[in-house]
Amino acid sequence: MDALIAEFPRFLGGFFGTLRICLFAATGALLVGTALAGARVSPVPPLRWVGTSWVTVFRNSPLIVVLFMFAFGLPQVGVTFPTLNGNAFFWPGVAALSAYTAAFVCEAVRSGINSVPPGQAEAARAVGLTFGQTLGTVVLPQALRTVVPPLGSVIIAMIKNSAIVGAFGVTGELFSVDAGNTALGYSALSSLTGVAIAYLVITIPAGLALGVLERKTEVKR
Amino acid sequence: MTSVLYDAPGPRTRRNTAIGTTVALVLLAGVVALAVVQLGANGQLDGEKWGPFFNPGNRYFTATWRALGVGLGNTLVAAALTLVLALAIGTALAVLRISSTPVYRWLVVGVIELLRGLPVVITIFLAARVLPEIGVTLPPLWYLVIGLTLYNCVIIAEIVRAGVAALPQGQSEAASAVGLTRFQVLRIILLPQAFRIMLPALISQLVVIVKDTSLGFIIFGFSEFVRTANTVIQFFGGQEEINLPLQAYTAVALVFILINYGLGKLAEYVQRRSGRASRSAAVAVRAPVRVGTGGG
Repeated sequence: MDALIAEFPRFLGGFFGTLRICLFAATGALLVGTALAGARVSPVPPLRWVGTSWVTVFRNSPLIVVLFMFAFGLPQVGVTFPTLNGNAFFWPGVAALSAYTAAFVCEAVRSGINSVPPGQAEAARAVGLTFGQTLGTVVLPQALRTVVPPLGSVIIAMIKNSAIVGAFGVTGELFSVDAGNTALGYSALSSLTGVAIAYLVITIPAGLALGVLERKTEVKR
Repeated sequence: MTSVLYDAPGPRTRRNTAIGTTVALVLLAGVVALAVVQLGANGQLDGEKWGPFFNPGNRYFTATWRALGVGLGNTLVAAALTLVLALAIGTALAVLRISSTPVYRWLVVGVIELLRGLPVVITIFLAARVLPEIGVTLPPLWYLVIGLTLYNCVIIAEIVRAGVAALPQGQSEAASAVGLTRFQVLRIILLPQAFRIMLPALISQLVVIVKDTSLGFIIFGFSEFVRTANTVIQFFGGQEEINLPLQAYTAVALVFILINYGLGKLAEYVQRRSGRASRSAAVAVRAPVRVGTGGG
């Protein structure tokens, strides 16, 4: 524990580094994931193929392999990432985490859409609402409420997966703080206890907030 | 074919869909062609890069896959050991949580919430770095297994608890009325049914475990699948001067996707076969979405 107290500034830096990675990755994952969900339920077959392949590839591969592919494979296809403060792995890492989490977001959103009974939309159409009106006033409000629990746990899992991005080589994140501590001579137990506490400070309140949000948006059918 | 989003298509919608399909196909083909051209320009389409992994005629093929096979074997052994240990400890934790006095229950809840909040990399790293420090030296495989088990036993405890909670009250009431002790009720009546309901969620968690064994690459000295692939890349890069990380990781990804896709299909099959009552299906669907998919 003495590592946490003595090296508090570095832990704080790692804490905010983790939050920064998570913020970027969450934004990307939510945007791309919702688009993928739209692609998967669209009537256009090629869009469905793209959505299904993305989800199959990224859900069944480990995050480490995705990270390696983004860091070493994408430059070969012509996609280069800018470096951030001398760390060449930051943007590939964030992009990989986004792409990986987007697959899970897509599945969560799709399950939300499918949870709305078809009768709702049929009744809306029978009453004469257009596609946009049906979506906006009938389907999406119900779907969004069902989507909150799985989406919340996907985001919490993403926060934990950001540690893998740190292990991959992105500095400034909590995992790399431990490497620095070891170099300074702290025992693994004290250093890792500090890192563990720092992660718990993020994940436990997030879990509690998710529980409160779930209870408020629960759909009692 | 009505769904919640659109009705059966009429002639105008069919025409629009056809136009959209053509446009999407053209765009898709364009992107793929662009990627292929770029790969070719960078020399990534050479036969000697793809050969060791995908061409049985290549002279490195058998040696490469023998080395990768060792890594894959280590991965699968670690996953199997983790599953068995996590199942045993997780079930014990779930039983403790259901049936003990409030003091023990809060203790167990505390341990569960603590271990659930940690990233699995951290638990693995904790096992691999702290255990040698306090004098417990084990083969590296066991550091990975211990770290993975710490993380997964609490997730399995929550799955089992959800399974037992999904059973109708009447089951345990009837069992107590017949005269079984609390422990016998759990062992003979509740747990077997809970496992049958929770089997799809448990298989999904096995998928997560197989993927997480790849994190063993942070433990020096343990050659699981991804680290073995790194060694292969270094061999080719150094000795043979063939630079093939892209091809190697594609092969690794394909193997993982095949294994996990198969497990996923197994979970779907089990869920279909046992989803008689809407209750069990609803719970089985909810639990994997809550606990399994999020686990990444």
